[in-house]
Amino acid sequence: MAVTETVADLPGTPVTGLAKKDLLDMESLSKEEIKLILDTADSLKDVARHPIKKVPTLRGRTVVNLFYEVSTRTRTSFELAAARLSADVVNINVATSSVAKGETLLDTARTLEAMSVDFIVMRHSCSGAPHILARNLDASVINAGDGWHEHPTQALLDLYTVRDKLGSIEGKTITLIGDLKHSRVARSNLIGFKKMGARVRFCGPPTLLSDGFRDLGAEVFHELKPALDGADIVYILRLQFERHRQGLLPSVKYYTRHYGVTAERVKWAKPGALIMHPGPMNRGVEIAPDVADGPQSVIVEQVFNGVAVRMAVLYLLEVRRAKGER
Amino acid sequence: MMAGNGAMLIKDGRVIDPGRNIDGVMDVLVKDGVISAVGPGIKEKAEKIVNVRGLVVAPGFVDMHVHLREPGQEGKETIATGTRAAAMGGVTSLACMPNTVPPLDTVAMIVYLLSRVAADAVVRVYPIGCLSQERKGEQMADLAGLLEAGAVAFSDDGDTLMNSLVAKRAMMNLAELGAPYIEHAEDAHLLDGGAMHDGLVSLRLGLPGRSTLAEDVIVSRDLLLAGATGARLHIAHLTAPASIDMIRQSRARGVKVTCEATPHHLALTDAAVGEYDTMAKVNPPLRDEACRRALVAAVKEGVVDVIASDHAPHGELDKDVEFVQAASGVVGLETMLPICLDVLVAQGGLSLAALVRLLSTAPAGILGLNAGTIAPGSQADLAVFDPKAEWTLDARKLTSKSKNTPFNGRRMTGKVVHTLVGGRFVVRDGALEQG
Repeated sequence: MAVTETVADLPGTPVTGLAKKDLLDMESLSKEEIKLILDTADSLKDVARHPIKKVPTLRGRTVVNLFYEVSTRTRTSFELAAARLSADVVNINVATSSVAKGETLLDTARTLEAMSVDFIVMRHSCSGAPHILARNLDASVINAGDGWHEHPTQALLDLYTVRDKLGSIEGKTITLIGDLKHSRVARSNLIGFKKMGARVRFCGPPTLLSDGFRDLGAEVFHELKPALDGADIVYILRLQFERHRQGLLPSVKYYTRHYGVTAERVKWAKPGALIMHPGPMNRGVEIAPDVADGPQSVIVEQVFNGVAVRMAVLYLLEVRRAKGER
Repeated sequence: MMAGNGAMLIKDGRVIDPGRNIDGVMDVLVKDGVISAVGPGIKEKAEKIVNVRGLVVAPGFVDMHVHLREPGQEGKETIATGTRAAAMGGVTSLACMPNTVPPLDTVAMIVYLLSRVAADAVVRVYPIGCLSQERKGEQMADLAGLLEAGAVAFSDDGDTLMNSLVAKRAMMNLAELGAPYIEHAEDAHLLDGGAMHDGLVSLRLGLPGRSTLAEDVIVSRDLLLAGATGARLHIAHLTAPASIDMIRQSRARGVKVTCEATPHHLALTDAAVGEYDTMAKVNPPLRDEACRRALVAAVKEGVVDVIASDHAPHGELDKDVEFVQAASGVVGLETMLPICLDVLVAQGGLSLAALVRLLSTAPAGILGLNAGTIAPGSQADLAVFDPKAEWTLDARKLTSKSKNTPFNGRRMTGKVVHTLVGGRFVVRDGALEQG
């Protein structure tokens, strides 16, 4: 019966957890741990297809979604993931403007600790903010995006989607296009795909993509055609319109003309290359509508897989926590 | 008290007085707070004999870049705690930066500060006055009044004087008054909200970067202005290689420019930020290894005149927050000597005498202080240190009220044993004198 079976009973699910208490970034995950998360997500994906979409793994555990930045997609995905594992979920949305004048992050953390919270899923506009919480709390902290730094569960769901669609990640070429400099998704995917043996290309205007990324392992392109040549995955990042106001783009139109992905340009990549986007999309700016909705697009699958991957992360952190309690 | 002439003989130390090219084992005789004689085997009877065999006897260090935080931020540091930290580091004279709350931009504030110094300080304190009123960079401060009241130099440190016309006028007036213009050289706009050095580490951590260009643009502007006005320009906490080159070239052309490097910029790189360690957050930021090496080379070459700590105390509340929002600055008075002994002498091959010149003689000269020498007739301000003593820094044990050091846990070689101000022990046997 779906309701009573535990995750450990699911076929192929290992009982070893993650090495660290927290999931702060892709940088601190080993290749084996990434594989473990993807395999676990495979087992958990079926839960979503059950008539009653719940397993009792996290019953009695409390998950707090602590969001200092507006997010619908990621927060909802984590909320569903926690709920499907039977955890109690609390959402705390802190307006970004109150960060400076309000309670310090550390005080917020101590308050949550006093309420015996087990997991904190955190999004914050400051790079490194989840690290402060992680250092100071016994609770497991999951980074749901910190500043320009990392968004590890996004990279994990992207890796999952690629493996699911292409059968493997190793040896594949992924081209990420857009504002790489200010993108936590780009950094996490660079590290994640490199660790899993893929080639990672970055393509964007020089103002949004510095050559320094070469030293971090990316191949750097400023023109779309050579960047897409032979690519298995075309990964399109969201363009923030404020980049023009900041003087980092001559105009948004200019960006679209040079870097916007159209059906015509998709042909520069490998036939059947996957089209991915972390959302939310600016249709007609970085991605043409017919590309977003076209046969090669796996953008909807990314969202669907996100829940299973986040369940896997919560589950594997719980395995580690349970071991610690014993 | 014992009967006698009140003299003290500091015996058998390695006496280093860079201004007079003295470096050898000899004695120093102190009478009435003044150096009376220096030489080998002084025979004159002294009431008190201090044996310092194996130790270095140097003119007390002169730190021309210190934030005492008083008035206004006494939770971080006070004149009492800051000057005691200075003494623990062998510093007998310091110049305090005027970015207090309120800032040292009026005669009344300088007079008030000096009254507080008279009451609480255990080393000599010389105020630096603001260049502009309220440090806003708009209206020039009463430079002549501040100078008469006791300011020894002028700076809006913490911020750059961005308005080039105000900067030029201030330099014209300071050229006339003969006092140095000290610049914190970071173009406020080019900083672009940066929180650390703009390099690979900032790229990896996803933190906005402060580029070396921000320093270079202001240094180049100031060198042009100093050349045109004849002002004595002093660049604080230099970090950028191109700025080093420009200073060297301008000096060769006759521009009156001096500059300082801090121990943290000489010893550390942006790698110290690690996983968002705010203890390594400082302005200008810790640079990359190439910049660090260029700075060490500039010290050895003589382009850098002075080592200054930029002692900038901050409490836990200021540091235990998100990296971007954390306060910038490190404490440095108590670690300046061992860090320099390590980076410049042990690793860099600099002589001890050259180091003493950087720490004492040169800054005293720039500020025109009666300090930086052990010549007979000068104030008996001495730093007596053991260049070989090994110890490990425990930040909690710092004398400074704030513990924000990036060197916590570091093995140190070299320790101040005695600090004398006007012939009186402020630090004896590595500990503060009571009272």
